[in-house]
Amino acid sequence: MDLTYTAEQVAFRAEVRAWLKAHVPASALPPFDATREGFEAHRKWERTLAAGGWGMVTWPREYGGRGLDLIQWLIFEEEYYRAGAPGRVNQNGLFLLGPTLMEFGTPEQKARFLPAMARGDEIWAQAWSEPQAGSDLAAVRATAQRDGDDYLLNGHKIWCSRAAFADWAFGLFRSDPTSEGHKGLSLVLFPLDAPGVTVRPIARLDGKVGFAEVFLEGVRAPVAQRIGEEGQGWKLCMATAGFERGLLLRSPSRYQVAAAKLVELYQQQAERADPTLEAAVTRAWMDAESYALSIYATASRLIQGGKIGAESSTNKIFWSELDIALQRTALSILGARAELLPQAPDAGDVGTWLDDYLFSLAGPIYAGTNEIQRNIIAERMLGLPR
Amino acid sequence: MSAEVARKLLMEHCTSAFLRKQLAAGLAHDDRIWRELSEISLVGMLMPESAGGLALSEVDFVLVAEACGYAALPGPFVEHAGVAGPLLAAAGAAAVGGAAANAVGTGLAAARADTIVARLAAARANTAVAGLAARAAAGEALLAIGHPANPFVADADTAEAVLLEHKGEVHLVSRRAVRLTREESIDPFRRLFRIDWTASPDTRLTNGALGRSLWEEAFERGALFAAAQCLGLAQRAVDLGVEYVKSRKQFGKPIGSYQAVKHLLASVQVKIEFARPVLYAAAARFSQHDCFSRALISHAKVVASEAAEVGARAALQVHGAMGYSWEVDVHLFLKRALALECAWGLSSFHRKRITRRILTQPLGPEHTFSREQHHA
Repeated sequence: MDLTYTAEQVAFRAEVRAWLKAHVPASALPPFDATREGFEAHRKWERTLAAGGWGMVTWPREYGGRGLDLIQWLIFEEEYYRAGAPGRVNQNGLFLLGPTLMEFGTPEQKARFLPAMARGDEIWAQAWSEPQAGSDLAAVRATAQRDGDDYLLNGHKIWCSRAAFADWAFGLFRSDPTSEGHKGLSLVLFPLDAPGVTVRPIARLDGKVGFAEVFLEGVRAPVAQRIGEEGQGWKLCMATAGFERGLLLRSPSRYQVAAAKLVELYQQQAERADPTLEAAVTRAWMDAESYALSIYATASRLIQGGKIGAESSTNKIFWSELDIALQRTALSILGARAELLPQAPDAGDVGTWLDDYLFSLAGPIYAGTNEIQRNIIAERMLGLPR
Repeated sequence: MSAEVARKLLMEHCTSAFLRKQLAAGLAHDDRIWRELSEISLVGMLMPESAGGLALSEVDFVLVAEACGYAALPGPFVEHAGVAGPLLAAAGAAAVGGAAANAVGTGLAAARADTIVARLAAARANTAVAGLAARAAAGEALLAIGHPANPFVADADTAEAVLLEHKGEVHLVSRRAVRLTREESIDPFRRLFRIDWTASPDTRLTNGALGRSLWEEAFERGALFAAAQCLGLAQRAVDLGVEYVKSRKQFGKPIGSYQAVKHLLASVQVKIEFARPVLYAAAARFSQHDCFSRALISHAKVVASEAAEVGARAALQVHGAMGYSWEVDVHLFLKRALALECAWGLSSFHRKRITRRILTQPLGPEHTFSREQHHA
């Protein structure tokens, strides 16, 4: 692994930095999950990014990308987090469905969906889980029943991120009604404003809208909106989950920037803070660096033609656990003020640590619980029996 | 390439039966393994070509050291080939290159060559040092290293000569000229000694200024290769655990099918997966010799020794009472993990070095591969 950036990569970093400096909004946008206003503000930002050609730098130019490699993607992400740019409201589309379409979509599907995704014209939600199909995702019951050139979609999806305000969703449906488990599933795309779709937002533990449940009653979706072969849905979902847990969803720079902020907080509060917290601060920084070094190694391997394997599971465990430890350490440094909401009169500079801590607690749950990831590691990496 | 050869050779030789035989005989060093490691030039991997070595880098040796950890190879190989050999070669070269050394105001030969007699004596001594370095690279002479960071010297009894520190200087002392007191370690293959010796101008290879930088470099190698052994050890512990839980049945099923057992081993594997890239990056940036690269070596040592310890403990746990027995090999790995944590800087020392890097150098994602900026 080459640990020195090339002149081209250095120049690329400077270009990204300059563009972000000129374009990142001066004040934080309202959160995208809480209100329509916040959601649309983020859509506007996605459009600004796309206009600059930064929608998804690794995609081919024809789909709105720049055809860059994964190391350049990491550099882009480093600068993105460093600049404190807004969260990517379309991450479900860009980081999950996008790569899946790229690998399994037809040329027509790619041309239809990818550029609109990169432009922020269509924001995506994920519709996989059901009340009875969480960790046991293969137990989905929602059906896609063939009717001429259409599917009729019926069922109840839940914990759909972004679905409260998004435009489209990618769902996992049982296309063979006689099938069970992993067989007979298909991945079908549908607009969230289609007749027969009802979206009901769900409040998170912090009271904000974070996800939604989606009810489908006879929703008509053309067969052309199915990705991959009929019955191939499970395979596609596992590929998507690999992207989700593996490389794209959580850039190391997210944690490196958070660790740098944590060190700053510690230094500001050093006089008041418990000195034993220095070890936890050091640890948080180390873990963020470990994750970054690991991702660089993985990216180098993928560039050389390797495939992402079970490391998507080890990654997911590692970043979710380091995130919690990092955020929790910040609360310890803040001391008694840690419980104060930012609007409390004496909150001072508590910042967003409490919010970030609460959100970190979701990490070991979404994208496949860490318990499931440990099963995957044990069975696929270590070869233990089911 | 050399790592794969090393791995194969070590796993062929370091069988459970072999370890048990050495254990019963109270031996660590084994002539046959040593000869074979020498024959494929692994002993001289890091030594310069002038000494007959391969002049390979830390990136290459770290993989070999990892294989040694995996095999639980007893004896002085890693410290001899990875630390003492390169130190002797560097100290010897500095002494031989007296004229060059003189230019920067350091060096033994220059310092002593004020008379023709002394110059001849120095030349003879330098030839002897070069000769020993060449025999060490070929595996014909065993070296031990008494680094000031370690309270005791490993494998001093089988060494022909010991590298020792006095006021920063590097001294080379014949084993016959020192007094050894055995300090029994929990790791039966770690033969530690307290060394009593007297420094003299005849034993001195370098002055203090040069010596200190060589000792520092030796420390970084020692820590890096201890980390590499720990990583190998951690993986071996997991593999031993996996092998056992696949065959051991309780409640009518292999215990490896139960999630409590799976998760214990999977958690160690996660630690290993995230220690490995740190170790390899530390090796790749070894020659940077700055606050960043030193923190990375410390980072590798901390996370690899943690992985080794939790790995060995998980292996012990999943073996149940068998794991607590003398008969099953798990304890050998547990003890080696404990011993390696004590060598080449405790985790507390290494954590402090990392904290220093964090508090004194720039942070952020653009600094993952940074080097220290010197303002002249």
